[in-house]
Amino acid sequence: MNTKNKNKNGISAFLKKDVYLSRLIVLMLLWMLFMASVRFESFYSLINFQTMASQFPEFGLMALGIMLCMITGGIDLSVVGVANLSAIMIGTFLNLMADTEGNLPFYGIPAAIIGGAVVGVIAGLLNGILISKVKIPPILVTLGSSELFTGISIIITKGKAISGFPAAYSSTVAGKLFNVIPMQLVFFTVMALFLAFLLNRTTFGTKLYMIGTNMTAAKFSGLKTDRLIIKTYVLSGICASIGGAVMLANYNSARADYGVVYTLQCVLIVVLGGVSPTGGKGKISGVVLSICVLQMLSSGLNRFPQVSSFYIPLIWGGVLILVMVLNYFTENKKIKSPKTVLKSLSGQKM
Amino acid sequence: MAQNVLKVVDIKKSFAGVEALKGVSLEIAPGEIHCLAGENGCGKSTLIKIISGVYEPNSGQIEFSGKVHTKITPIEAIMNGIQVIYQDFSVFPNLSVMENLAFNSELANKHKLVNVKRMRKIAKEAIARINFEVDLDAKVETLSVANKQLVAICRALMFGAKLIIMDEPTTALTRKEVNSLFKIILDLKAQGIATLFVSHKLDEVFEISERFTIIRSGEKIITGNTSELDNKKFTFYMTGREFDDLAFTPKSIVGDPVMEVKDLSLSGYFEDINFSLHKGEILGLTGLLGSGRTELALSLFGMRKADKGTIRIKGKNVVLDSVRSAMENGIGYVPEDRLSEGLFLPRGIGDNVVISEIDSLANRIGVLDKARKQKEIDRWVEELSIATPNPDNACSTLSGGNQQRIVLAKWLSREPDVLILNGPTMGVDIGSKHDIHLILEKLADKGMALIIISDDIPEILSTCSKIMIMKNGRITATLNPKETNTQELSQYMM
Amino acid sequence: MPQIIKKLTQKTETYIFLVLLALSFIIELRSGQFFTSNNLVDLASAMIVPGLFAIGEFMVIVSGGFDVSFPALASLSVYATTSTLLNAGYTGNIWLPILMVVVIGAVLGAFNGFLIAFFELPPFIVTLGTASVFKGIMQGVLASRQLATIPKGMSSFGTSALFIAKNAKSGLTSRMPVAILVLVIVLVLVFLLLYKTMFGRGIYAIGGNASSAFRAGFNVRRIKFFLYVGVGVISSLAGLIRVCMMTQCHPTNMLGMEMMIIAGVVLGGTAISGGAGTLTGCMLGTAMIVIVQNSLILLGVPTFWQECFLGLLILIGTGISATQVMRSTKMGNMKKLRRAE
Repeated sequence: MNTKNKNKNGISAFLKKDVYLSRLIVLMLLWMLFMASVRFESFYSLINFQTMASQFPEFGLMALGIMLCMITGGIDLSVVGVANLSAIMIGTFLNLMADTEGNLPFYGIPAAIIGGAVVGVIAGLLNGILISKVKIPPILVTLGSSELFTGISIIITKGKAISGFPAAYSSTVAGKLFNVIPMQLVFFTVMALFLAFLLNRTTFGTKLYMIGTNMTAAKFSGLKTDRLIIKTYVLSGICASIGGAVMLANYNSARADYGVVYTLQCVLIVVLGGVSPTGGKGKISGVVLSICVLQMLSSGLNRFPQVSSFYIPLIWGGVLILVMVLNYFTENKKIKSPKTVLKSLSGQKM
Repeated sequence: MAQNVLKVVDIKKSFAGVEALKGVSLEIAPGEIHCLAGENGCGKSTLIKIISGVYEPNSGQIEFSGKVHTKITPIEAIMNGIQVIYQDFSVFPNLSVMENLAFNSELANKHKLVNVKRMRKIAKEAIARINFEVDLDAKVETLSVANKQLVAICRALMFGAKLIIMDEPTTALTRKEVNSLFKIILDLKAQGIATLFVSHKLDEVFEISERFTIIRSGEKIITGNTSELDNKKFTFYMTGREFDDLAFTPKSIVGDPVMEVKDLSLSGYFEDINFSLHKGEILGLTGLLGSGRTELALSLFGMRKADKGTIRIKGKNVVLDSVRSAMENGIGYVPEDRLSEGLFLPRGIGDNVVISEIDSLANRIGVLDKARKQKEIDRWVEELSIATPNPDNACSTLSGGNQQRIVLAKWLSREPDVLILNGPTMGVDIGSKHDIHLILEKLADKGMALIIISDDIPEILSTCSKIMIMKNGRITATLNPKETNTQELSQYMM
Repeated sequence: MPQIIKKLTQKTETYIFLVLLALSFIIELRSGQFFTSNNLVDLASAMIVPGLFAIGEFMVIVSGGFDVSFPALASLSVYATTSTLLNAGYTGNIWLPILMVVVIGAVLGAFNGFLIAFFELPPFIVTLGTASVFKGIMQGVLASRQLATIPKGMSSFGTSALFIAKNAKSGLTSRMPVAILVLVIVLVLVFLLLYKTMFGRGIYAIGGNASSAFRAGFNVRRIKFFLYVGVGVISSLAGLIRVCMMTQCHPTNMLGMEMMIIAGVVLGGTAISGGAGTLTGCMLGTAMIVIVQNSLILLGVPTFWQECFLGLLILIGTGISATQVMRSTKMGNMKKLRRAE
C-alpha cells in the first residue's frame, strides 16, 4: 500500500498513469509553443482567448453529453437535433414572455432555458427507454430520434430560421461575466464540473463505468441498469439543450439545421479525449483537453490567412488517426516489437 | 518404433519479457490419447497456439511426423495433420453447417469460387465419419453446444488429420455428451488419429487418456502413463501442494428455515419445486444441462420471476422480481460464467468487490466516501488472500482461482443469508478449488445457508450436506451425501 | 407450396417487402399516382445513388465494420475528377471520368483499408477521422467550390435516357437514366462476389467471428483491405453519377448522407454487429427510405414532415426487429436447453 502512495504523487506518475492524456498534453504544449514563436501577439491575446472560449461551448456541451453515453457503451447522435429543437423552443418562450417593447421579466431568461432543457429531458427519456427497454442499439435509436427531432423543428419553423428575440437574451448569454469571461464558457464549465463530480465522486458515476464495462455483470451485481441508462441519456439531452441555448445566443437565431457537422465532430472530440467507444473508459478532463487542443489548432490556423480554414477538418481528422496509430504502437509494444509489426504487415503471421 | 506424430523440443516463448513457456517438450505417438493438464495460466494455451502455428516460438523445435519445422503458419500446421478445436469451437455462428465444414478445405485448396455441390459433398463426407446427423443448411448458432462441438470435430477430421488437439472440450457438455465425445475419441484412435486433450479435470484424465503431461508455470513437471497416476500425485503435480480429502459435516442445523420454497414453477423451465434451507446447510443442486437448475437459481435471485409458488425468507413471504429485491432479502448469487457475468475484467479488484454494496459506501445523495471504500477493499483483499502485485491491476490479469475469489468477496461483503453459487469451481485450478471449498464450509459454519449448483459430482459429494437432483425441470430426488454415491446420483440425473 | 411459404416467413426480408408493399398501396390509394409508370421510373432514378452507397456500406457492416467516410470519399473523388477535367478542357466521353473516379476512389479506399486492416483500428473511429481528412483535402487542398458546369461527356451521360416513361393520364414523362445500368451491374457483381466467391464468404465469416476466420485460413487482412478499396470504388461511382445527373458539382452536397444510408441498410435486416444480412434486404430497406423521401408528397404530406416521418420509420423499424431478436433469444435459449437433454 505504501509503494502505491509513493507513485501516486508527482507529475511523472500522472503521465505514466494515463499515457494517452499525456500525449495530448504534449501535443497541446507543442502547438502553444509554436504559436508563441510565430504569432505571439495575435494568438496570446485576451480577445483571442475570449473568442475561443465563446466558440467551443456550443459543441463542447454536446460533446460532454455524447461522452456520458459512450461511457455506458452507447452513443448519442441526436445531440444536434435536440440542441436545435431546444433553441427553437427557447426562442419561442422568449418571444412569448416578452412584452411589446421586447423586454423580458427578470425570470425570463432562466425560465426559457429551463423550458429548453425540458426538451432535452423528453428527448433523453425517449432515447433511454428505447435503448434500455426495447433494446434497440443506441446508434440506431439516436439516429432515428435525431431525424425525428430535426423533423419536428422543421415542422415548427417551416424550414426557416426564426429570429427577432429580445436582445437581452443574446447580450446575456453571449455576454461576458465581469466583462472578461464569456458566459458561454461559464455554462460549459459549470456543466463540465458537475459531470466530473458526478463521474468521479458519486455512486452514479461508478455505476455508469461498470455498465459500460460489462452490462451483464452489472445486472448480476444488482445495478438498476435500465434506470441508469435512462438517466444517462436524459443528462445528455440536457447538455444538448444547453448547447442549443448557447447556439441561440451566438447566432441570435434558431434553425432546424444548424450545426449539422457537429455530430461527428463531437464524436471525434470525445474519442480523441480518450473515451472508448466500447464503453467503460473516459474522463471529463480528457474531453476538455481534446476540445482545447482542437480549438487551439483551429484558432491558430486562422492566424495564417494563407492557410484556408478548410484545412481544419483535415488536421482534426489527421490528429485523430495519428493518435490512434500511436496508440496501436504503444499498446502492442507489450506484445510485439516494431520488427514483428512490420513483418505482420507484409502478410506473415506473428 | 513409429515416428511421433508430434514432437516439440524445448519450446520457449515470452510475451513482453514475461516467460510463458520456459522450455517445454512433448511427444505424442500416432493414435495416442494424451492429456495435457495444468492450472489456468500455466502455459497450456500458449503451447497449443505454437503447435498450431498461431504463435511463433522464441526458440525450440517442432517436428511433425519426423519433419522439423522452425516456423509454421496455421495453414501449414493444418497441412501437416494438426487440427485444433478451441473452446469456442472457432465456428461461424451466422453461417450454415455446410459452410463451416467446407471452408477450411476450400481455402486450403485455394479455391476462389464457391461451388455449392462440391462443398455439400465435402460436408456430407465429413459428418459421415462420426455418424453425426445434422441439417447441413442449419445456421450453426441454432445448434446446441454439443452439436457445435461435433461440427468442429467433423471439420477437424477433414484434412487427413493425424493429431486433434481439444482445448477443454467438456466444459459445456452434459455427462451424456461427454460420454459420446469419449467414444468418438476412441473411434479416432482406432482410425490412427491421435488426440491431445487439454483438461484439468482429474476424472477425465483417468477415464480417457493413456499418457499425460502436466505443466506448471510454463515448465513441464512430468510426463507419464496414466496407469501410474493417482489422485494425490495428480494434485501434487498440478499445484506443488498436498491436500487432504474433505467431507463436510454441517455443524448443527437449528432453528427455522432461512428459505422455504413451495410449489415454485416457471413454465417451460421448472415446476413444483419444494425445499427448505436452514442456516449452516450447504444444499447441492445438481442435474444435467437443461434440467432447469440454472433457471431455478436465477428465479431465486430475482432475475426471472417464477409464475407460481411461494418463497419465504426467514418466515416472510417475498416476491423476487428483480435482482435488487433478492439482494434486499439477503440473497446473493455467484454466477456460472464469472468472466462475462461476474466480473468487470478491465477494472481492478477494488471496483469489482465493492460494486454490489456501493450505495452503502456513500451518503444520502450518492457521494462516495473514498476512505470507507478503500478500507472495505483492503479488508477483502486480505480476508480472501488474493495474490496480486497491485490491487489496481485489471482482474483479467488474475488466475481463475483468484478471479472466483473476487466474485465471492463481492457477495460476502453484503453478508447475505443465502448465497447461491452456480458452478463455483468451474475452470478453477485444484489449489484454488480446495481453498474455495474451505471458504464455503467456513461460511456455513458461521451460519450462512448455501446453495451450490454443480455437475462436478465429487464436489457435490464432498462439500454438501444435502443433495437435490433435478431432471426435466422437476426434483427427482433429495439425498444425503453420506448415504449415496456417484452411480446413484448419475442414475437420478439421467 | 407450404415449404416455400414456411421458408419465406422465416426471413426478415419478406416482412420488409410486405411493409414496402403496404406503404406503396397506401400511397397509391391516396393519390392514385404511385404505381404509375413515370413515378416508378422517378423512384428507380432516385434509387441509383443511395443504392450504390448502400451496397458498399452493406458489405462493410456485414464484415463487422462501420464506415462513415463514404460520402466524403465520394465527394472528394468526384470533385477532383471533375475539376481536373474541366481545367483540362476535356471534351471526351464518360469513360475517362469513370476511370479517374474509380482510381481515386480505390486509392482513398485503400487508405481506409490500410488503417483498418493492418493497424486493426476500429472502423468507426478510423472512418470518422478519414471523413474529416477527405473533406479537408477537398475543401482545403483543392479549394473546392461549386462547379456550375461540368464536362459535356459527364453531363450528357447524366441526362441521357435508357427509355422514357410516359404517364398517359397526366402526360408527365420521366426519364430512366442510363446510369441505372451502373446500379444493376454493381448489384450483380457484388451479389456474385458475396455468394459465389470465397472472398465474399470470407466477408461473412469475418463478420461472424473474425478470429475463427483467421484460424480457418482466411486472409483476414487482405479481405478487409480490398473490401474497403471496393467500397471506395463503388462510392466514387455513386458520386460521379450524382454529379452527372445534377449536371453540376456541388462539393458538399452529399455530406451528411451517411446516416440515412446506414438506416436503410439496417432497416433491410442487416445486423449492425455484422455477419448477417442479404443484398435483397439492403436494397429493400434503402427503397423504403427513398420512397418516403420522394413519395410522401403524393400522400399530401408536406415536405416539412419528411424528416419526422423518416425518424419514426427508423425508430419503429429498428424497434420491431429488436423485439423480434429479444423474443427469439428467449425462445432460442429454451429450445437449446431442450435439445441438450
